[in-house]
Amino acid sequence: MSRVLVGVKRVIDYAVKVRVKPDKSGVVTDGVKHSMNPFDEIAVEEAVRMKEKKLAKEVIAVSCGPPQAQETLRTALAMGADRAIHVEVTGPEYETMQPIHVAKILSKLTQDEKADLVIVGKQAIDDDSNQTAQMTAALLDWPQGTFASKVEKTDAGLTITREIDGGLETIKAKVPAVLSADLRLNEPRYATLPNIMKAKKKPLKKVTAKDLGVDLAPRIKVVSVEDPPVRQAGSIIPDVDTLVAKLKEGGHV
Amino acid sequence: MFSSQSRQLLSSQLRRLQSTLVIAEHNNETLLPITQNTLTAAKKIGGDISVLVAGTKCGPAAELVAKAGGISKVLVAESDAFKGFTAESLTPLILATQKQFNFTHIVAPASAIGKAVLPRVAAKLDVSPISDIIGVKDANTFVRTIYAGNAVLTLEAKDPIKVITVRGTAFPPEPLEGGSAAVEKAPEGDYKTDLVEWLSQEITKSDRPELTSAKNIVSGGRGLKSGDNFKLLYDLADKLNAAVGASRAAVDAGFVPNDLQIGQTGKIVAPDLYIAVGISGAIQHLAGMKDSKTIVAINKDPEAPIFQVSDYGLVADLFKAVPELTQKL
Repeated sequence: MSRVLVGVKRVIDYAVKVRVKPDKSGVVTDGVKHSMNPFDEIAVEEAVRMKEKKLAKEVIAVSCGPPQAQETLRTALAMGADRAIHVEVTGPEYETMQPIHVAKILSKLTQDEKADLVIVGKQAIDDDSNQTAQMTAALLDWPQGTFASKVEKTDAGLTITREIDGGLETIKAKVPAVLSADLRLNEPRYATLPNIMKAKKKPLKKVTAKDLGVDLAPRIKVVSVEDPPVRQAGSIIPDVDTLVAKLKEGGHV
Repeated sequence: MFSSQSRQLLSSQLRRLQSTLVIAEHNNETLLPITQNTLTAAKKIGGDISVLVAGTKCGPAAELVAKAGGISKVLVAESDAFKGFTAESLTPLILATQKQFNFTHIVAPASAIGKAVLPRVAAKLDVSPISDIIGVKDANTFVRTIYAGNAVLTLEAKDPIKVITVRGTAFPPEPLEGGSAAVEKAPEGDYKTDLVEWLSQEITKSDRPELTSAKNIVSGGRGLKSGDNFKLLYDLADKLNAAVGASRAAVDAGFVPNDLQIGQTGKIVAPDLYIAVGISGAIQHLAGMKDSKTIVAINKDPEAPIFQVSDYGLVADLFKAVPELTQKL
């Protein structure tokens, strides 16, 4: 493998309790802490480890989104990516951007940059779609190693352990390929201060979807975004006997 | 000649004739229950329903699903090409089936297989898939959760073909009775892929009910302190005929295998009774279980967020409370 393309997304930080906007058009994002999607950190880590093992020559981080997406790209660069590409998408186009748009952008960049491996997180924790890797693989006609918890390079390609419903499965995939990182693939490193400083000097190229010939026409209309139903407050019970009584009352035992 | 306007009118009238392809989930031995939940969602969409059963051995699953009421046909594709249900082999089959029958909706369970295959199909059809729906408003309007279940999105799909995965726990199972759909062969083709090769799987063996369809679940977190201590939960689960689940912390610490993980990135469950033991209740865990009918929390920390969603909270040391509960049930 020569070049690895890693997709990273700027999302509301996983620890933030999101608030729905009163007009039901979305969730409040202004002034809310954002960070790199946790699964994408794992994707970047895996790509950087491949480079450290000399399995890959170069790691390119890509992010689609508003100007702030560059902060996310700088984080990827500080973790060890060599260069970054920011595909600027703002305003209403960003509001209705779906994984299909991102997959088209990633597959175009993969071809332009002559990458032979694409790694993304298995899902973004904001839209919870879990689609981008699969769609990118489809557009490139490459194999997909989704929900990967272990990836090993072999002569013939990659041996990938996948997290599936009943346990784990192992597949062999040809390279070029697309991977999506599951939680247990690795433990992402922290960007150290010297590396954060160095990352500021690494190249970051800005392009638009139009430059890449990708149409961002909306595929969905957001009808509403609402709060989930609130659970009725429960009670604290004093002891196990009361719990047993409550379970019997509820017909659970 | 039709004007472009009348042609548009004609096509919009044709579009109203919904037809749905449901991708059945099975394990080459039997139909998996989540297919029945998916059928219920498909019926809510309306229109004609066909079911596709693909695998290395499809007979038992096809026979079962053909018994569901209101299905017009069951398409069967039995071939070694589908070993391991790889997305690379199933996608061309689904595309060939779509080409022949022109469905308006392609629907699958939001299982590991459905999640891997359907987005690949959607990209090939140049449509935006809709993941993990929890509601159907009409043939174009669907409800799904975002931000780990902390917001509910209602969306209208603008693409001509809707490619959808269904959250099993959000729809009741369709009974497998009263129907007698015709079983036919799916379009034939060369579906063998050389892109991937399925090698092996390591399935966690258990006599307990399957997690996503269990009526009762006992779940453990970091508070269990070790994998050995999970025995306390297995004993309790045996009394309740319950499945055993876990939080991410318990999986990451190596107490239990990853397929027991409940949460935003693990399984979504909604049993009648969910007993959370030694689980603090992080947003990501709540995403996977907060639709349970009754939630019981056993935790020694009275400030644990799990108590905000639990119906009955017991502030106690789990190492005392759980054995006592097991004994008294």
